Parts: sequence; C-alpha cells; structure tokens
Amino acid sequence: MADTSDIKKGFKMLLDGVPFAVVDHQFVKPGKGQAFVRTRIKNMMTGAVIDRTFKSGEKLDKADTEERTMQYLYPEGDTRVFMDTRSYEQLALTNEQLGENVHYLLDGTEVDVMLFEGRPIGVTPPTFVELLVTETEPGFKGDTSSNTTKPATLETGLQVNVPLFVNAGDRLKVDTRTGSYVERVKG
Amino acid sequence: MVQVLELRATLLSAIRRFFADRDFIEVETPAIVPSPGLDVHLSAFEVRDPRGKRAGWLATSPEYQMKRLLSAGAKRIFQVCRSYRGEERGSHHEREFTMLEWYRADATSDDLIGDTEELVAFVAGSLDQPAPEVQPPWQRMTVDEALQFHANLTLASLLDDEERFFRVWAEEVQPRLGAERPIVVTDWPASMASLAKLKPNGMADRFEAFFQGVELCNGFGELTDATEQRRRFERDQAERKADGLPVYPIDERFLADLERGMPESGGNALGVDRLLMLLLGASSIQAVMPFPDEQL
Repeated sequence: MADTSDIKKGFKMLLDGVPFAVVDHQFVKPGKGQAFVRTRIKNMMTGAVIDRTFKSGEKLDKADTEERTMQYLYPEGDTRVFMDTRSYEQLALTNEQLGENVHYLLDGTEVDVMLFEGRPIGVTPPTFVELLVTETEPGFKGDTSSNTTKPATLETGLQVNVPLFVNAGDRLKVDTRTGSYVERVKG
Repeated sequence: MVQVLELRATLLSAIRRFFADRDFIEVETPAIVPSPGLDVHLSAFEVRDPRGKRAGWLATSPEYQMKRLLSAGAKRIFQVCRSYRGEERGSHHEREFTMLEWYRADATSDDLIGDTEELVAFVAGSLDQPAPEVQPPWQRMTVDEALQFHANLTLASLLDDEERFFRVWAEEVQPRLGAERPIVVTDWPASMASLAKLKPNGMADRFEAFFQGVELCNGFGELTDATEQRRRFERDQAERKADGLPVYPIDERFLADLERGMPESGGNALGVDRLLMLLLGASSIQAVMPFPDEQL
C-alpha cells in the first residue's frame, strides 16, 4: 500500500479500478490546518486529465503497470500487432487505444507499450519519427524562408502542415508529441 | 548558486537592519525544546540523547521561548532561526526552513500587520532586483469574505466540518489570494485560534498574509490568559490522542510564565525562504536554499 508521500511525477495509482498517472502535484497546508496533496492526474485508459486533492497521508493503491519496449509488426483488422523484442511475445492494440499514435507506426518502429494488469492499454512512440510525403501541392523551388505552409499527407495517413518547398517523395522529421513538422531529412 | 547565497545574505541583513532601526533586539532560543507545539496538524522530530533517552523535540517554531522572554520583561524582540517540521514536503515546504519571528509588548495585531507590510516593502527594496508590487497598504479581508469571494461559501456553512473548510481553502481560496499584491486575511474562527486571543466579535485575533497564493506569515494578538491557554492545550492533546497522533507534553514553564504575567502583545512568524522565493519570482523555496533536503 502506498500513501500520498509516494506521489511524484509519473506515480501511477488506481482510482475506482482505473489507472492514473500523476502529471503534477503540490503539497498544500493551509494555515495551521489539515495538509493536502493537490494533484493533476491523467487517466491512462482515456488520456483525460483531471484534478484531484488527497488528504496528506491518505492511503493509495498503486496501479499495476509496466512499460515494455516492443516493435511494431503489422495491422490486423482494426488492431495493430506488436512484438516484445526480447521474449518475442506478440500482442495487439486496437486503433482506438492507439489514437493519434497509429500515425507514427512503420514496420519495425520501436515503441514503449504500457501494460495495465498485464493487458496493453497504450503506447509511447519515439519522440521523433521520419515519414515519407505521399501527397502535397508541388513545391516552389528556392522558397525556403517564407512562413507560409501547405497541407501534406504522409505515408501513414498523418496530415501535417509543411513549408512550401516540401515535395511528394521527401522524408520529413515529425515530433510525435505535437504531431508537427520539424524538418526535411536530407538524402 | 552563488547568486542565491548573495541574495539570501542581502535579505537577512535587510531584515536585521529593519528591526534594529525600530529598537528590536535580536534573540536566540534553543532548537531542542521540551514541547514542540501542540497544534494538531503539526508534526515534530523527536530528539534523543546519546544514550537513546528522549531529550525533547526540534522546535516547530520558537514561539513559547520568545513569549517567555516577553514575560521576563523584553519589549521588542526578533529572531531568525531554523524551524523543523516533519511530514511537510513540497515546493513551499521543507522539513527544515528559516523562520522570522518577532514580538512586541503592548501592541496589537494591527501593529504587527503594519510591521509586516513595512518589512516586506523594505527588504524588497534592498534586494536590488526587479521586485513585485508589495508597497503598503495591503488589502485586507476576513476569512468569511475570502470564502464568499473565491468559493461562494460562507464560513458559517463550513464551521462544523473542519476538513471541508481546509479542503475548500486549499483548493479554491488560497491559490487566488494575493494574486497581484499581498493580502492580509483576518478574523479566523475561534476553533483555529491556536495561541491567539479572541476578539470582541468572538473571532480569533489572528492574521495571515498571502502573496501569489502562498502563505507568507501567521500572526496573533497573543493570548495572555494562562487558564485559557491550558484549556486549549488540553483540547489539542485530546484531539491528537483521538487521531492516533503523538501527544506532545504541555510546556509547563511557558504556562507558568504566562501565569506570572505576559504583557498584551502581538507576534508574527514569517517564512523567510518563501519571502525570498516570492520576491525573486522563483518557482520553489528549494530554488532559493543552498541545501534543500533532497540535495543533502
């Protein structure tokens, strides 16, 4: 059993059967009164972030979670299949569980899979991935300074705004935390 | 780090200059004390002698001994010292922190609020840094007004549920207090009077200043009635026992000195690390301390 003194960023607790991860926390003790720990916690199943205040010293259930590095293999129906790179064990997550992250998966991409009570509930892709542009308006040669952008579709179906000089066939570096264009990859 | 050390040193010397200019004398009282304070929500470090026998506790504040000095005839005293509290850890809490306490005989809590406003403005000016707006006079509000203004609740509606009071205070009220300039909150409920006397309106003669949602100080028009003080101590002890908390002894010498006669006085306790944090716009008290607990 844990209690509020164990709370730190990333601490995972179980509330009404649902795993939550601590995003932010603050110890507060109003003048000569009861102490509390105010937290901002993220529902690890849905991604929703909520505020919750605990009495200092309150007992907490630790969530039984585990993160494992796995390789993306292939789509299967409305799921995606991953393989543990050490045990070769395979498991699947639904596209719904993957959400936006579905757009960062290429054959062989290594991701961290979050398991809750042994079952997969989500993935964390690498911070940056390289993806091929499949469709965009033709670029203007030499225009590398303008702040104007245009939409582009990447090989995984991801839509990003890119500078005007980008062409279909270019490789782009994308930030998976924001889903935005970082730079064109040379070569 | 060196810059923080210099700013701390500047702040401390400004505090000493402020009080010296007003004829206060600097005093020192022990860190190991026979009773660490009985407030139900305070937790203290026990101290053992080399043979393992209890020697006392680390002071959670120098309050009892400083008041004994008032009973002995001191008129204006201040102290900058370490105070120690267990189970308090966060960006505004350290188990060991620097407290400024000062007491004035023949003074009211209003006089102490005035001291506080002038002190903070004075030390802010001494830091030679762009300082936030702290010039007096500071806004004042009662606890009831603060609750109504920020949480749309009356104090009366929360009085019979102290935990709910503190929860509402911690979540809705305190974070919004003193957003732009420091604010003084007065008229605390009698049940939270601690060592304050009661005002004619039945509320505690206690004030706290807040700045940017942070509690900066806690002051009293001091209780001088030994019988009433003993009654409160015994009530706190009973509550500690009922809650399964360690029951600290009553400091009998403090009560005896109250009995012998302590002048009508005002006192205030101010967190020096928090003051420096706020004046510098730092994100935590740890950022303005050379050795926070976690870096020891």
